[in-house]
Amino acid sequence: MIGPDDIPYLPRGVRLHFDRVRDTWVLLAPERAITLDQVGQAILAEIDGARSFGVITQALAAKYNAPAEEIAKDSAGFLGALKDRRFLELQP
Amino acid sequence: MSARPPIAMLAELTHRCPLSCPYCSNPLELARQETELGTDDWCRVFREAADLGVLQLHLSGGEPATRRDLVDLIVAAREAGLYTNLITSGIGLNERRLHALDEAGLDHIQLSLQGTTPEMADEIGGYKGGFARKMQVAALIKEIGFPLTLNAVLHRRNLHQLPRAIEMAVEMGARRIEVATVQFHGWALKNRDALMPTMEQARDADAIVKDARKSLKGTLVIDYVPADYHSDFPKRCMGGWGTTGLNVAPDGEVLPCHAAQSIPHLQFDNVREKSLNDIWYNGSAFNAYRGTDWMQEPCRSCDMKLKDFGGCRCQAMAVVGDAAATDPVCIKSPHHGALQSQADDFSHNDTADLIYRSAPGKAVPEPAE
Repeated sequence: MIGPDDIPYLPRGVRLHFDRVRDTWVLLAPERAITLDQVGQAILAEIDGARSFGVITQALAAKYNAPAEEIAKDSAGFLGALKDRRFLELQP
Repeated sequence: MSARPPIAMLAELTHRCPLSCPYCSNPLELARQETELGTDDWCRVFREAADLGVLQLHLSGGEPATRRDLVDLIVAAREAGLYTNLITSGIGLNERRLHALDEAGLDHIQLSLQGTTPEMADEIGGYKGGFARKMQVAALIKEIGFPLTLNAVLHRRNLHQLPRAIEMAVEMGARRIEVATVQFHGWALKNRDALMPTMEQARDADAIVKDARKSLKGTLVIDYVPADYHSDFPKRCMGGWGTTGLNVAPDGEVLPCHAAQSIPHLQFDNVREKSLNDIWYNGSAFNAYRGTDWMQEPCRSCDMKLKDFGGCRCQAMAVVGDAAATDPVCIKSPHHGALQSQADDFSHNDTADLIYRSAPGKAVPEPAE
């Protein structure tokens, strides 16, 4: 489970891409393309390999005027699934 | 019939290859070098693919590294906005070339593995010293930091090496391994008696994969293609015909899957004459098995028909002689029992020799008497 102090980043070979044909954001990874909803895109766009998960969820809470705990809970599951597939890493 | 845009394109840049694996997925009739699309044609096809909606480009062959313009092709594909994946044996890549591919923006490498020992790998690949060179390339890939998938192709002769293949993937720093039991198309179809796994091997592999997925969670992702003839339900081949991906052969013919040329009544369009968009949406080969209208019983009334789309058309053609039949792997196919006993017979043929893939322009070799 990703904690507030963890610093997530997208490893080499995983990147956000705007799919102009389908008019949606996707996450491109080795031999995979994952369609992102607005929430997924918003979280991944914040990940810069420098700020912690806690700081990111605070930023998102302020931006979308939603409780930080709720955002943390929802996005931890999403990011955890990406981590299990090696589409996301945590800074050592 | 309204089709969605494709996500993936397999560009078979050439059929030339230094290896001659007896399960090669290329067709028996290989395209000669002089018929291959040139650099400009491929670059145009990549742009057309991106415009059509393709996100993932798999550069394959043959051995794609035999193309001298490989680096230029990667540059063009990245400029078109495609995610680039190089599917290679590693032969033909060296330090200088890998650095050039890195600079060109290559996103990911899929490295094939014919065996976990030099003896096995070189025998299966038909190329002495190939394993040693592959290990050098794997080390360079790790050093440069390319994301890596190891693609272990498994069959009766090397399935016992599966645990070591998984270890090797971890050692190489691969994020993913594809545990691919040989699919019997192309050259593999000529080698069913030499390569068919036993039922016992197939079930062992299931268990090994299951355990490794658990113990390596978060370290190594395992994609598993189980032994087809020993299964009871068919694979959702190509994610459904004409729904997800397309294949461009070295000479520019556009195929719904790499084995589609084994279905004799299909006619294929060529990127030299038509746009990829026109071919994808209007080509007769793509529309032949799209959706469910073409299905016969037992597929037509089956509640799985939108899940597996009746399995593999090329397998139905190869085994049953009718490309619109239910894939005989399916337990509901009237041919399922015959396929399973055939598989059992093949898997116990201890005297079968390997028939190696030949070079483009050469006749198909026949087994020694």
